[in-house]
Amino acid sequence: MLSQLPILSAITFLPAVGAVAILILRVLMRAEDQALLERNARGVALFVTLFVFALSVLLVVDFDTSQAGFQFVETIPWLPAVGISYKLGVDGLSVLFVLLTAFLMPICILASWKIERRVADYMAAFLILQTLITGVFCALDLVLFYIFFEGSLIPMFLIIGVWGGAERIYAAFKFFLYTFLGSVLMLGAMIMMFIAAGTTDIEVLLTHPFARDIQTWLWLAFFASFAVKMPMWPVHTWLPDAHVQAPTAGSVILAGILLKLGGYGFLRFSVPMFPDASAFFAPMVFVLSIIAIVYTSLVAFRQTDIKKLIAYSSVAHMGFVTLGIFSVNEVGVQGAIFQMISHGLISGALFLIVGVIYDRFHTREIAFYGGLVHKMPVFAAFFALFAMANVGLPGTSGFVGELMTMTGAFMVAPIWAAGAALGVIFSAVYMLTLYKKVAYGDLTNPRLESAQDLNMREWINLGVLGVGVIWLGFFTTPVTDVTRAAVGQLVQQYQSAQTPEAADMAPIEGSS
Amino acid sequence: MTTEMLLTDLRLMIPELMLAIGAMALLMLGAFWKGEAGAARLIMRLSIGLLILCAAAAVWMAGKAEGTAFHGALRVDDFILYAKTVIYLASAGALVLASKYLETERLAKFEYPVLALLAVTGMSVMVSSNDLITLYLGLELQSLALYILAAFNRDSLRASEAGLKFFMLGALSSGLLLYGASLIYGFAGATGFDAIAAAASEDGAKIGLLFGLVFMVSGLAFKLSAAPFHMWTPDVYEGAPTPVTAFYATAPKLAAMVLVARVLYEPFAAMTDEWRQIIVVLAVLSMAVGALGALMQSNIKRLMGYSSIGNMGYALVGLAAGTALGLWSVLFYMTLYVVGVLGAFAVILSMRRAEGMVEQIDDLKGLARTHPALGWSMTALMFSIGGMPFLVGFFGKLFVFYAAAEAGLWWLMLTALVFSTVSIAYSLRVVKVIWFDEPAGVFEPAPAGVALISRTAALATVALVPVAGVVLATAIAVSS
Repeated sequence: MLSQLPILSAITFLPAVGAVAILILRVLMRAEDQALLERNARGVALFVTLFVFALSVLLVVDFDTSQAGFQFVETIPWLPAVGISYKLGVDGLSVLFVLLTAFLMPICILASWKIERRVADYMAAFLILQTLITGVFCALDLVLFYIFFEGSLIPMFLIIGVWGGAERIYAAFKFFLYTFLGSVLMLGAMIMMFIAAGTTDIEVLLTHPFARDIQTWLWLAFFASFAVKMPMWPVHTWLPDAHVQAPTAGSVILAGILLKLGGYGFLRFSVPMFPDASAFFAPMVFVLSIIAIVYTSLVAFRQTDIKKLIAYSSVAHMGFVTLGIFSVNEVGVQGAIFQMISHGLISGALFLIVGVIYDRFHTREIAFYGGLVHKMPVFAAFFALFAMANVGLPGTSGFVGELMTMTGAFMVAPIWAAGAALGVIFSAVYMLTLYKKVAYGDLTNPRLESAQDLNMREWINLGVLGVGVIWLGFFTTPVTDVTRAAVGQLVQQYQSAQTPEAADMAPIEGSS
Repeated sequence: MTTEMLLTDLRLMIPELMLAIGAMALLMLGAFWKGEAGAARLIMRLSIGLLILCAAAAVWMAGKAEGTAFHGALRVDDFILYAKTVIYLASAGALVLASKYLETERLAKFEYPVLALLAVTGMSVMVSSNDLITLYLGLELQSLALYILAAFNRDSLRASEAGLKFFMLGALSSGLLLYGASLIYGFAGATGFDAIAAAASEDGAKIGLLFGLVFMVSGLAFKLSAAPFHMWTPDVYEGAPTPVTAFYATAPKLAAMVLVARVLYEPFAAMTDEWRQIIVVLAVLSMAVGALGALMQSNIKRLMGYSSIGNMGYALVGLAAGTALGLWSVLFYMTLYVVGVLGAFAVILSMRRAEGMVEQIDDLKGLARTHPALGWSMTALMFSIGGMPFLVGFFGKLFVFYAAAEAGLWWLMLTALVFSTVSIAYSLRVVKVIWFDEPAGVFEPAPAGVALISRTAALATVALVPVAGVVLATAIAVSS
């Protein structure tokens, strides 16, 4: 029934409509009415994001899981003769990210309820950001994809720079310029693809066989963009800065969704469109992933700032995702998607946890805290849950993702999978240490005496995320059912596209 | 020449005739009208009206009028008419920006709009020229009027310096151009573009023609402010009265770019491989100078100066393609550039405090808080000029990069991509000042015309996006 309606356009552009409405009122209203607008901007944003979330649930319910191709496709031809069109559609790889975005956004709005400065601008920036991110997952045209992908930098730049911490300007510039340089190379590759294939339609490009030597260049250009976005070691250094300086909701979006754009890009472009190059570069990606997992876990252990620790842990967890994607078998790729969804929930929740205590004590220094369990038992319980999920405890979604990606990697390169397993141990080390220092022990710091436990909004936010994490830990089928057909097709296409000489270079059992 | 032929020729030149006669009539009106202030205001309005009328005439002629006039001295086709329409509208916009400014700065003299009209007449002849002589006539008419406008605030030392500097270097570049034209005439034996084209496709005269072409392109590059002929740009941009700078940065740039394109694509089409090397060097140098120079500015007008040098570089990337697609891309890029720059100057002209105009980048501090509409507008405009998606300026860049790549200039496209990262940094700096810094005082309310242009241009950077796709697709379809 939904296929007759432009539901994807609605999900994508409704937030922008909300943002424009807020901004127009902001300009038109007299100065004395601005306070009224500031108060109501939150409500408008929450309403819009909840409505979009409802639409996204409808979308996923209506999604036909047995089909591998694109569904709910909307095409408005700009000019059919040259193959440029406004084209949206989702398949098993992208539909869950649309849902994840729509799910995290209302949580972010709730988490930002206490923002006092320039509320109308803040809410407008978040709504525009939602439009752009959703657009990335829905776009089926190269030009459209690039516009959304790159455009998402603008609102995020403003969010970090205006509402961020003390070093926010440095962090915002670093974030912007790092990602921009990577993306610009991708733009060059996209132009090259358009010239080689004569179309910008992603659906057609997926079946277009690119020549081997071109593939290498295109793959590298796309890698430059997605590796920064992901972020992979050694181009991850913008992430800790951006995370630490961003406001809580900004961190949630950054870790929860923006990082997934990189993984999604690998799945949508690099692997299916450049299979030979992917096979050729897979060992390199493996090495970088393992370094990311082990090295950033160790770095995380040495942090004194809670947010920075979680940021480095994000880099490590994204290492599992790249590992899964480039093993290119069904378990690995499904695991990678699962890991991305699960990490979206867990890291989002962990940043909210940090936000809870930051709002109360205005510091993120680990040394400042200790013994919070005595004053904030509910908070400590939630913290424990998400810390365990981040470690990958069985029964949480984190476990499933890590297990699946490592299984996938084990099937092509057992040694590397063993390296990744080290990361699981390290993650337990730093998360447990963090939890011990913050929650356990005696309450020695007198300033913590006044600590209030969670309020209603924080309860709702963390509760919803906690249910999600545990539910996905026990029932993996809601995710895997949706992704199975699309992943199956991706893997099959990848294997059949291997030219003989490329197959020789692909990582075979036991080799690197 | 029979009367009928004369009428046919004149019909092709309707906008130029309207402009020339209008400028003369307004000059008379100003000279004999009593009461200077009233005359200035009236003539300003009439001039704006005349320019809009000319734009309407050019639109009306599109598709109907095509051909050459006066024995091949001038040429009219849809490409040229499009360029003229943009020039007229941009100049009208620049005059709107000037109206209030001139009154408050006590510069309201009726000569200002008349000189602007004469400059526009010159630009119009330039883009229409089909002969080296009309080319030079148009160019000089435009330049002479602009020299005077630069020094229009004659009591200001900086403006006089800007005008003088502009004049000296402009005269030098005209000399270069004239020398090149004489060489070309010597080797081709004619001044008409068609005859030169015929000579250029033969092997015999190639070296000599190329020699002439180098001088001519150098002279034109000065008008374009393409590096390494850019030195005057930041100083003149800073020194001239702001509305004059707004005028410079828009219509004359487009006219000069169209002229370069026509000279290279029409008479010298057969020598594409030769002139491409010159254009590539100009493009790379301009992008580098524009991007790096803009990073270090503290004055917003100087920043716009370097930004225009960089933007000319990107437009030249499209021109270097030497294909029909490249030509389209340049025109498209320049149109978006004109919209963005006109909007940005409208914002700069809104920067008036109680004590007078201010023009440091730091004066924009906290603009998003103190003047939300202005802050959002400038943000959109700066990102659009920087070529950031989802704003329309991105399509301009995409289009020229695509044209260059399609012509096989991969490494040029790659260089341009890298420089676009550097040039986004100065846009970011302005956005940073607007959004991140604490407010440093408020501006006086902007005049209605200025506010209208800044808002409209900002809105256009977003609203034109769906249209941009259509233009892109049409151009690719037309050229293939």
